[in-house]
Amino acid sequence: MTTSALFGRLTLDAIPYQNPIIMTTVGTVTVLGVLLVAWLTYQRRWAYLWNEWFTSVDHKRIGIMYIIFSVIMMLRGFADAIMMRTHQALAQGLGQGYLPPEHYDQIFSAHGTIMIIFVAMPFFIGLMNYVVPLQIGARDVAYPFLNSVSFWLTVASGLMVMVSLAVGDFSQAGWSGYPPYSELKFSPSTGVDYWMWSLQLGGIGTLVTGINFFVTILRMRAPGMSLMKMPIFTWTIFVTTVLIMFSFPVLTVTLALLAMDRYLDMHFFTNELGGNQMMFANLFWIWGHPEVYIVVLPAFGIFSEVVSTFSHKRLFGYASMVYATIAIAILSFVVWLHHFFTMGSGANVNAFFGIATMVIAVPTGVKVFNWLFTMYRGRIEFTTAMMWSIGFIITFAVGGMTGVLLAVPGADYMLHNSEFLVAHFHNMLIPGALFGYFAGYNYWFPKMFGFRLDEKWGKRSFWSWIVGFYLAFMPLYALGFMGMPRRMSHYDNPYWQPYLIIALLGTFLVAFGIFSQIMQLAVSIRQRHALRDTTGDVWGSHSLEWSIPSPPAFYNFAKTPVVEDLYAFTYMKENGINPRASAPFAPIHMPRNSSIGVFIGLFTFTLGFGLVWHVWWLVVGSLFAIMSLLVMRSSDDNVDYELSPQQVALYEAQAYQSVSQPVDQRTQDLATQG
Amino acid sequence: MSHSDTQHDVHPLSAKSYVVGFSLSLLLTIAAFGAVMSGALTGVTEIVAVVLCAVLQIYVQLHYFLHLDGSSEQRWNVMSFAYTVVIIALIVVGSLWITYNMHKLMMPGA
Repeated sequence: MTTSALFGRLTLDAIPYQNPIIMTTVGTVTVLGVLLVAWLTYQRRWAYLWNEWFTSVDHKRIGIMYIIFSVIMMLRGFADAIMMRTHQALAQGLGQGYLPPEHYDQIFSAHGTIMIIFVAMPFFIGLMNYVVPLQIGARDVAYPFLNSVSFWLTVASGLMVMVSLAVGDFSQAGWSGYPPYSELKFSPSTGVDYWMWSLQLGGIGTLVTGINFFVTILRMRAPGMSLMKMPIFTWTIFVTTVLIMFSFPVLTVTLALLAMDRYLDMHFFTNELGGNQMMFANLFWIWGHPEVYIVVLPAFGIFSEVVSTFSHKRLFGYASMVYATIAIAILSFVVWLHHFFTMGSGANVNAFFGIATMVIAVPTGVKVFNWLFTMYRGRIEFTTAMMWSIGFIITFAVGGMTGVLLAVPGADYMLHNSEFLVAHFHNMLIPGALFGYFAGYNYWFPKMFGFRLDEKWGKRSFWSWIVGFYLAFMPLYALGFMGMPRRMSHYDNPYWQPYLIIALLGTFLVAFGIFSQIMQLAVSIRQRHALRDTTGDVWGSHSLEWSIPSPPAFYNFAKTPVVEDLYAFTYMKENGINPRASAPFAPIHMPRNSSIGVFIGLFTFTLGFGLVWHVWWLVVGSLFAIMSLLVMRSSDDNVDYELSPQQVALYEAQAYQSVSQPVDQRTQDLATQG
Repeated sequence: MSHSDTQHDVHPLSAKSYVVGFSLSLLLTIAAFGAVMSGALTGVTEIVAVVLCAVLQIYVQLHYFLHLDGSSEQRWNVMSFAYTVVIIALIVVGSLWITYNMHKLMMPGA
């Protein structure tokens, strides 16, 4: 392959002109992008976006931006899903479908990468950004600037996946990118490089976020909030950050080794010269299995908050919930081999990891029973968030059982690499992660924007999603038993086709669910005055984020609250303590916004792009720019400011304008009964 | 543990603990070398003695240089250290076990 000094390996041939599907997509996205830019320019919104959002170090703003990013990526990932399902429903026998195999392979690789790394991760990171500091009574995270850097690193790496659509190709090696197929010899194009560098650079952002929130939760809790008085969502996030800190470095090293194979002709994972491709699978899943819990645990925390709030009870078995979460932090590191039972280890090894896998179902089962007992004899309010939670419990139990089935190595030999596996992990991650985030989105939306989401469209979205989910994935279990392998772009068995057509119909229903969510948002914005949250505590919840107005002032708490009880805010309501801070106020120390995070993200993108296309001047230049920015930031003394007590009083009055009464009578009644 | 900015894990820095730690480390190193080089110990006893010296020295360094002990200010450091040891042990021992097992089964005679 020829390499020029100026453009590396990038030529005009890198743009897939010959593929009408890709070019139409790229064309549409370009037109929409131009329209958006034109509209923003016409509305003169750039200064506002730049000053108030892009450069913000406020954890609430960053949280919302994370969620918006995740939703955009979800639309892309779902488009991939519907393309695969349509193709598989057609590609039987003489039917060839409409996707050439190399394009189909890119789609399933992109779908997996996007859904895990750029949908699940940013969605829960967005929610935790918004909620955790509020729940623990803090004014921001421990390192607000790093938080902004993390976000822009994530955006940069997501952008790389998007750009791979128009310039070059994406990996065809699946989201897990196993060698030797992902080695240069078998995947000579830039696809694997796009996959590798976007995971690598995004992973650094995630690692920094993990450290940031670990420190925040350990060091910045309100006085009186001991560990066992932390809200359960904060607990699950705390354990999640531990998993992030211990597992992401493994991914970083693994991808670095693969990069050395691909760029420097080394042989860590090659077939020849002593390479060991199985070590890649081993290392990948040492990260990959904790990663599953990284996306699932936060959802468990959300379900716990939602279920106890809408059952109008305290959470059943708080301590057991905490210890189950901690147990998962250890156990999730001893099960990784179940992703490759069939690789050829002996019976002892497989038996050990098989049993460890079944054991991890125990703490998870503890949680399920805790949720059920929380609901038991509660006065359940069937809001959209609660519907997502109940839907999750039922569906997740099914997925968990198929998981325990797959944990039997003998059964796994029959079912690995089949559609059964595809059905199983979608059955875990869609209810176990996504439904949780949707519940959290419906639950905390009023806190973020000051008005509730429309319930009618919310319930429509729930029903379409859950029925669509069953239609789309139950047939895949059957197909797995019938022997259909995963990732097939063409097959010759006519008996499989009806199942795949049903699965396609399910996907259409899910599409209607997504449409309903967009409608829900649109309708709610239009009716925002009717849906206004005038109490700050719209659901009658337990934790501190509900003790302040919605949306909160940018400094969160005018005075740091004092925590007396695990259910800090419920305690205040029951004992008639007014959570509103009164004058005289003390000055508040706040971090200044910074554009350096945005620029670091920008140069990280050019760094990744340069690495993919072997444009070395760009790589060196970007690295130099990033280092310079870091030095600039480190030598900047003007990174914070102080709000005077007069300003605080002013902002407090403003924030409480929306609140008609400090604590709603209805919620007070419920709190005393619950 | 409650929130407070005063809770930095700062021990009063005294040269004493470092001197004691350094001397003990030196002593244990010399003991290990001595056991092998003098030829006083052989076979299993020799290995056990060297391993014992090494483990003791790890403890000495953790205690005197990193100040890890049972006190409440050190609880988080001790816990994160223990967790790190557990996870690294799981990953390293697990990987060795898996690859050794696979090598034996998949490449007999190699």
